[in-house]
Amino acid sequence: MDKNTNDKIKNELKQNEVCLFMKGSPEVPQCGFSLAISNMLKHLEVKFKGINVLENPELRQGIKEYSDWPTIPQLYLKGEFIGGCDIVKEMFEKGELQTKLEEKKIAYKK
Amino acid sequence: MSLKLEEIRDLIKTAIPDAQITIQDVAGDNNHYSATIKSKVFSGKSKIEQHKLVYKSLKGKMGNELHALALNTVEI
Repeated sequence: MDKNTNDKIKNELKQNEVCLFMKGSPEVPQCGFSLAISNMLKHLEVKFKGINVLENPELRQGIKEYSDWPTIPQLYLKGEFIGGCDIVKEMFEKGELQTKLEEKKIAYKK
Repeated sequence: MSLKLEEIRDLIKTAIPDAQITIQDVAGDNNHYSATIKSKVFSGKSKIEQHKLVYKSLKGKMGNELHALALNTVEI
């Protein structure tokens, strides 16, 4: 990964408590898995930044190297990689995502 | 951009010999699968680590030849 891409990822994670690297935008997701996480966050009324990797091939590849995770979407809470769609969905259903938000003092609808 | 169900099963089985694998081609296109994998190797590991083990068994195909594999990993 080049330095620019690495810096861009770090900046995004630093400036946004909740970051979703996704295909498409939160308004118009372009993949069912990105749509699913986006909808869970909207349901919980979590303020998040959606970063569309389809607009930036370096970022699309870079984020996979950053987390050593081969797929997108990827959810980050205060810089910590939480998981892809399957893990986030499971956590959401078990209430663990809500617990995690609580722990990290990120506002959401209870 | 596709991978046969048997190939996925074989790759996982090679890397995780005790894996009990249930896998479905959810869209019928050799590209969107859903799998439940049970193994002892998952015990004591976080979900992220468990899924990474499965992704590693697919030797870089995940996210490339293979677009989607919904995963449910279970410790036994």
